[in-house]
Amino acid sequence: MIPKDLLYTEEHEWLRLQENKVIIGITDFAQKELGDVVFVDLPEVNLVLEANDVLGGVESVKAVSDIYAPCPGRIAAVNEALTDTPDLINEDPYGEGWIVELEIEEAPKNLLSAAEYEEFLNKGE
Amino acid sequence: MTEFAGWYMPTKYQGIVDEHLAVRRAAGLFDVSHMGQIKIAGPVAFNFIQRVTTNNISKLQVGKAQYSLLCNVQGGIIDDIIIYQLGLEEYMFVVNAANKDKVLQWLQDQKNKEEKADLLNIQDVSKEFCLLAIQGPRAEEIIAQLTKLELAKIKFFHFATGELAGVHVILSRTGYTGEDGFEIFVDTANAVLVWRKILEFGKGAGLVPAGLGARDTLRFEAGLPLYGQELREDTTPFEAGLTKFVDMTKANFIGRPVLEMTREQGIKRKLVGFRMVDRGIPRPGYQLQSKGEILGKVTSGTFCPYLKYNAGMGYVRADYAYTENEIDVLIRGKELKATIIKKPFYNR
Repeated sequence: MIPKDLLYTEEHEWLRLQENKVIIGITDFAQKELGDVVFVDLPEVNLVLEANDVLGGVESVKAVSDIYAPCPGRIAAVNEALTDTPDLINEDPYGEGWIVELEIEEAPKNLLSAAEYEEFLNKGE
Repeated sequence: MTEFAGWYMPTKYQGIVDEHLAVRRAAGLFDVSHMGQIKIAGPVAFNFIQRVTTNNISKLQVGKAQYSLLCNVQGGIIDDIIIYQLGLEEYMFVVNAANKDKVLQWLQDQKNKEEKADLLNIQDVSKEFCLLAIQGPRAEEIIAQLTKLELAKIKFFHFATGELAGVHVILSRTGYTGEDGFEIFVDTANAVLVWRKILEFGKGAGLVPAGLGARDTLRFEAGLPLYGQELREDTTPFEAGLTKFVDMTKANFIGRPVLEMTREQGIKRKLVGFRMVDRGIPRPGYQLQSKGEILGKVTSGTFCPYLKYNAGMGYVRADYAYTENEIDVLIRGKELKATIIKKPFYNR
């Protein structure tokens, strides 16, 4: 499942670009690879990040996966619901399972379209 | 699937958490055929095993099993094993898959030091057996449908031989999950048949197939150590909290002199269990500290699917290894609070 209206990174994150904001989550492929998500390490609101900074982590029973900032920005909001129900990431990775909202000045570069991400996944198999 | 000690094994079937909960509430079926089996037989087998293990096999009899340790001369743990007494002069060691070749070699070396080595037969029989484990509160009623063996008579750490699903097996009341249940030694040719029969007869009771992932979280909640994590060649049984499996009244066994000295001098570090107070999951290798002072390292840690909290095990300085003590776990550069608590985390 790779929604057409989102952009993607090779770290299996999805991005929903809005004017000066970007909402970030992990892809369906990523949540399946991880298995049952049992903990999400969320950043503090207002944290300022450089591109490729680790902004948080998603942990399943067996694995830890870092989440990276796709571009410089400031954390505008975090999905507090993940604190008590981290498995929202498994149930609805592109919706209720969103992780953070990043306020940005410039749109991030080098992102993959849905078709490119799909191709990237197929290459990896 | 994951590669483990030369075996391809499923980490999970439907999901670690679901499988874990099924074992706590109903039953789970594991394929643990990777475990190694070594038969030791002959007129001098008893004395040989007394010399190479820390526990005392004079407590064994035919049909009984015992948890024991193999230690090196420094008192460090080579492997943790279960010894089955199969006959008057016949025993079987069940050893960790990753340690099998090492243990086999070490046993051969020890055999060569025996005066009557020709009266001792050590044989790797791992390929002859598959090992299935059915674990959980409903394990007995599921197995009862498939065998005429009187299960009530097979007490914890006892076993019987007989037919199960029409196949000759060794049925042992042992496991690695903290639940009641059985381990089934079945010859390789019939293993798939027995696996399928148990799944079929267990379905109604809520039995599910369970993978390596759930096996690890279950043993963790039950406070059971895992070789390679809690147990290593540089940890002694005393540090690991396995004192009751070391019989110091036994005349002599490998590692004894050093262990005796350690016991007199006191241990420097100790394995503890801890529960996270702050939010975060401890993982192997993470540092344990108190007020910035290093205490030790995490050996295992996970979210506990049944208890629903994050916990870990690790070695800490012995003077700090007391329940209720607060420690910090260094997780992603942050000092997160945890409290040392009593193991096992879970008791059925």
